[in-house]
Formats: sequence, C-alpha cells, structure tokens
Amino acid sequence: MGTEPLSRRSFLAAAGLAGISVPVLGACGGDSDDSGGSGKKVTIEWWNIATTEPGRTLWPQAAKAYEAAHPNVQIKMTSLENDAYKSKMTAQTASGKLPDIFHTWGGGVLEQQVEAGLVKDITGGVAPWIGNLSPISVQPYQLGGKTYAVPYDIGMVGFWYNKALFAKAGIKAPPATWAELLDAVRKLKSAGVTPIALAGKEKWPGHYYWSYLAIRIGGVAALKQAAETKDFSGAPFVQAGQRLKELVDLAPFQNGFQGASYPTTDGQAAQMSNGKTAMELMGQWAPNVQKEMGKGLGDDLGFFPFPTVAGGSGAATEVFGGGGGNALSKDAPAEALDFLKFFASVENDRKRVASKAFLPIAKGAESAITDPNLKTVSQTLNNATGFQLFLDQAFPPAVGQEVNDQVAALVASKATPEQVAQAITKTAKSQ
Amino acid sequence: MAHSAFKNSAVKDSALEKRPAGKATAAGPAGGGPRGRTARRRRLVDSVTIAAFLSPAMLLFALLVLVPILYALYTSLFKWGGFGAPENFVGLENFRTLFKDEVFLGDLWRGFVLIALSVGIQLPFALSMAVLLNQKLRGRAFYRLLFFAPYVLSEVITGVLFTMIFAPDSGLADHALDLVGLGDLGITWFADSSTVLVTLFLVMTWKYFGFHMILYMAGLQSIPRDVLEAAAIDGASAWQRFRHVTLPLLGPTIRISVFLSIIGAIQLFDLVWVITAGGPVHASETMAITMFQFGFKRYQVGYASAISVVMFLICFVFALVYQRYVLRRDLEGAVTSMRGRR
Repeated sequence: MGTEPLSRRSFLAAAGLAGISVPVLGACGGDSDDSGGSGKKVTIEWWNIATTEPGRTLWPQAAKAYEAAHPNVQIKMTSLENDAYKSKMTAQTASGKLPDIFHTWGGGVLEQQVEAGLVKDITGGVAPWIGNLSPISVQPYQLGGKTYAVPYDIGMVGFWYNKALFAKAGIKAPPATWAELLDAVRKLKSAGVTPIALAGKEKWPGHYYWSYLAIRIGGVAALKQAAETKDFSGAPFVQAGQRLKELVDLAPFQNGFQGASYPTTDGQAAQMSNGKTAMELMGQWAPNVQKEMGKGLGDDLGFFPFPTVAGGSGAATEVFGGGGGNALSKDAPAEALDFLKFFASVENDRKRVASKAFLPIAKGAESAITDPNLKTVSQTLNNATGFQLFLDQAFPPAVGQEVNDQVAALVASKATPEQVAQAITKTAKSQ
Repeated sequence: MAHSAFKNSAVKDSALEKRPAGKATAAGPAGGGPRGRTARRRRLVDSVTIAAFLSPAMLLFALLVLVPILYALYTSLFKWGGFGAPENFVGLENFRTLFKDEVFLGDLWRGFVLIALSVGIQLPFALSMAVLLNQKLRGRAFYRLLFFAPYVLSEVITGVLFTMIFAPDSGLADHALDLVGLGDLGITWFADSSTVLVTLFLVMTWKYFGFHMILYMAGLQSIPRDVLEAAAIDGASAWQRFRHVTLPLLGPTIRISVFLSIIGAIQLFDLVWVITAGGPVHASETMAITMFQFGFKRYQVGYASAISVVMFLICFVFALVYQRYVLRRDLEGAVTSMRGRR
C-alpha cells in the first residue's frame, strides 16, 4: 500500500503557480483606424464604460443619432466594465496608442496620458461652446490651463439622511458644523438609532470622511499643495484624523461595520434603505443604489452637504466628488470633437438627467431633474467655489489605496491620526 | 486555484497506486553481442518515444510555469508599475522593504497560525470522520457524499454563503447563538480583527476536511483486514488497533494530506478575498492577498513580484525539505522501481 507521492513535476507545477500570478497582466493590443479629413467616410473609435443601464441604452442611442445626421461618420463603440477599462487603458497608454474617443475620470491618470503626449488639447476647439457647460463639471479635465475632455456627468459626496429617524431623535435641522454632527450622533444613539452606516470592508467609503475633513480644515488648496509636495503630514491632514477620531470614539457605525460591503443586501446602502441607520456619507448615486438594495426611503430621504469645521479655512461651498468625461486621442478626426459637442448638448444631457442616473453638466438641463434631493446636489455643485476630485482618481493608485487603508485603520482605532498622515506621506514620496 | 488542480491530481495518484510499484522485472543485465545491441536500440527508441510524448507537456510547462517564474524573479528587482518595460532597477530593495513591512510579516505569522490550526485540528478531525465512516454504518455512503460536498463547491460560492451566515445580528450564526442563549456575546465574526482568523478557519475546515477525509478513507480501504484481525485476536483493544496498526499503515496518506494542507494554506487567496478582502485592517490578510493588493490595486508590480517570489521560495523549499525528509520512505518505491526497470 502507500500513496504514491507527487511526482517532482507536479509539485514543481504547484509550487510554481504561486509565482506566476502577478506578471501575467493582460497586455492586450487594440487598434484604431483613424482616417482624417471631413466629407469622406470617417470611422470613430469610442471606448466607454457604459455597460449598465441607462448608459447601455443612451450611449448607442446618441451614437446612432449622430450617425443619422452625419452619414459619412461611423462610430464604433467598445464598452468595458470599470476595472477592465482601467487596466486596458493602462496597457493602451503604455503602447502609446489610444482610441479616438475614450472615457476619462480626469485627474492623475489623464495627466499621465497628457504627459505621454497621447491626448489632444481641445482648448481651442471647445472654446465657442464650453461656456454652455457648468464650470465645475469641466474642472477635472482642465490641466495647466488647458482642456482635455468634455464631461457628461458630475457629482459630489454628501450626507444622505433619514428624516424620520432624525425627527425621532429630536434633531431639528441637518447639522451644519462638525460639532453639530457629533451632537446629532449622540442624540441618535440615545434615541436607540444607529447613526451612521459604513461599508468598512470596502474602505473607500471611509476615506470620504478623512478627505472631506481635510478639505474643510485646509481647503481645496491644502490638497492641491499636498499633491504637489507629496507631503500629507501637515496640520490639515493630522487634524482631519483627529476630528474623525472624535466621531469614531462615539461608536456611530452599525454593528459589524468592518465586515460590511457597500452594495449588498445587508451592506451600507441596504442599512440606509431599510431604515436601520440614520445617515451615510456617499456620492450622488446613493439614492439609486439604496433603491436597488432595499425598500428605499422615498420622501424620508434627505441630503445635506458635509459640515464645516470650526477654525477651518475651507468653505462650506467646496465640494468633493467626480464625474465622467470623454477625451480625444492626439490624432482623432475633427468629427470626434464635433460628436463630443453633440453628446454634451442640452438635448442629450436632458435625456441623461431624466434617467435619474446622471446630474446635469449642460446649463439648462437642470430643469430635467425631478428628484428634490438631486436638485439640491446639483444646485450645491453649481454654487461650488472649489472642487476636489476623488483622491483615488486625483492621485496615483498606490497613494489612493494607502489613504483607504490608513483611514480604515484609523476608523478601527488601530492607528493614530499622526501615523495615518505619516504613512500616506511615505507612500506618496515613494511614488 | 492552483492547489485544487493539484489536489485532483493527487486523488488520481492515490487511485492508481494499487498498481504494484516495485515490480523489478528488469530486462536483465545487458549481455554482450546481439542481445546488447537490440537492448541499446530499444533504449534509444524508448527515449525518442518518451521525448516525443513529453515535449508538448514540457513546452506548456516551460511556457506557463517556468518562464513566468523567471520573469517574476526578474521584475522583482525593479520598481515597476506593470506596464511597458521595467526600467527602474532597484536590486534587492523590494525584498528589503518586504521584510520590514509589518503587513507582510503579519502574513507570515497568520500563515503559520492557519497551518498550525489545519494540521492540528482540521486533519485530525478529518481522520476521525474517516475512521468513523469506515465502520459499518447505516447511510454511510450518504454521509460520505454529504461531507465531501463542500469541497466540490467553488470558493467564491462558499465565501458568499458564509458572509451571509456570519453576518452580524442578522446571520444564521447569530440566530443560532440567540437560540442557545448566547446572543448577548455580540460576536461579529468576520467584522472583528480578533475573531476573523478563527472564523475563517472554521470555513476552511468546513470546505476542505471532506477532501482529506476521502483521502484517508482511500488509505483505510487499502489496509488489509487480516492485519487488524490478527491484532484483535492477539487481544489489542480498539484504540491499540488504531494506534499501532491503522495509524502507521496510514502514514503515507497522512504525510501527503499534511503536505497538501500546508501548501494550500500558504497559497490561500480566493476564500479570503471574497469574504474579507484581508480585513479588518489586515487581520485576515494572507501573502497572496498582499501580493494581489500591490499588483492589481496599487500597480506596484515589482513589489508584488517580490512577494510572489518569496511565496514561491517558501513553497519550493518546504516541498523539497518535505520530500527529502518526510516523504522519502514513500518515494523510495517509486524511484527505485524506475531504476530497476531500466
């Protein structure tokens, strides 16, 4: 008897598999045929992330409408899911060839592509009509005074709250300052209500708190400076950690939040949706996800901007968020820019806004908003005096991840505000 | 995952092992004259045949295993974002950083804990179940199937399932605790850094003990009845029969099962990724998770390669040492039989 042991070959295979996983990053090629000139037949390659509704319907619709009006133009669409798109674009950037029109979130990644000389400067081309768009929506794509993309969506993060639960705890008005927010948390707790839903497993929802506090304390300017000097050890960032710790010390989050996801049936969105917790800090997509993951709050759902911090230099009108836009490769045909103009037009924007999944970027599309909360968000955006793009889009991925990891440790009381600021600085400097 | 394919091949191996291994029916010593020439020619033909049949497998092996290992070794010496050619050569800097990184050192410790728990609790449990189900028992086939079933389930489904079972407050586990009056303990399972590893081990045990149980059962089947009967006639008690007859004869199976269990624990990834993604605050992070985080989330591929190289070396050295010192006796038959035939 006796089990025949593994042959040397198969154990090598097993041991070896441990090592192969990383370098086999799919470096797939792609090609775009860009024939220039107008009048004759033109094919435009358009890469986007419209894989879910309503984008999955609206994007091809817009392309078809444009093709109908311009018979010589053919738009070839490639739609990829977010993460797949990101890695494919990184490969394309490395190979030095981008599709004619490509989706961008702006910020650091777009900057890298611009520095590599792959993106068309469209400052002059959009000058006649860029004024029709809301200034905030264009901001993520303006680098060094030049415009590189046209937006189709813009949004921001803020507190979504349950009016009924706030009333139950005797909170008269949404908190406008950090002290008031802490007070509201105490009131909710003594009323037996879980104050805040947080998806601790996913980490990014937690980083909103720290980032927004830093914006309120040091202003958007502090983040801009930190991005340049790669130094996050300054007072605004340490203080952001200290303020966040005040909140964490009140134990405001749902039981077991450290294992919770965002879009699952018992995650952050569902906690809000089923009326179990009083508020969450989330982007403009929150109401949609809430509806998907639970009963939905209906008219009980309210929105208030992130509170100000006493002594902070950041104004209440500075916003933290992001959007989506389309950029052009350096040798995209003229028709591609014309299509972007068409895509950003009020008519097309109204269609997007009416789907309730997008916020207006074109002036005049605001009236298509039916939801009162989204109207508030849109107005806040329009009145914004400063804008900070999501940190994981504005900074290199390693820095964004480090922010997420460190803030998660802070929220779990496993790191001090000083340690958080130092660790992020260390990662930023190593980039 | 790597190790599941690996395990399948082991199952096949143990099924095949009935074949008498040490049949040294040697072709006889090669004498001189015409017999020697034909023997030589036959050897040549044999070698050509072997080479022809092996080359497709070897080619794939080289392409899919050797080349990536060497490439990972190469890229681990660079500070590299994963795209374009690696240019920023940093020597062993990645490794130096790695062995100062608390998360990675924690990975090693957690890997050790999981191995200790697996070998110390999971495998003995699997063995006792195997012995139990080897008795004449009503519904034996059903139980075997039942205990083996979790192994067939994919890691992702298992992960999602147990995320629901161990959901704080609303999950099945908390309801069960409520029923026995322990609801006030307020255990949050995966959501608490002090309980996450143990809870994870529970899931691993649920998932993998059936596989080891089947291995042991196969081993038990091949223990001759008469040896046990002889021991019984000599007056050995049930425990003595198990301790002094069954266990030693099961040795080779146990040694292989320990080997698979340890390699599996070192490479643990998918189950953890689905359930906790390594959290809360790295409390359930494994080497493979750290590698993935750096490789695919942070795009620090050079550093991630360094982690994969260390993982490979750990598996490799462990496998070599284990084969040399633990599996040697079991190996002898296989190796010497080949030599005898040639």
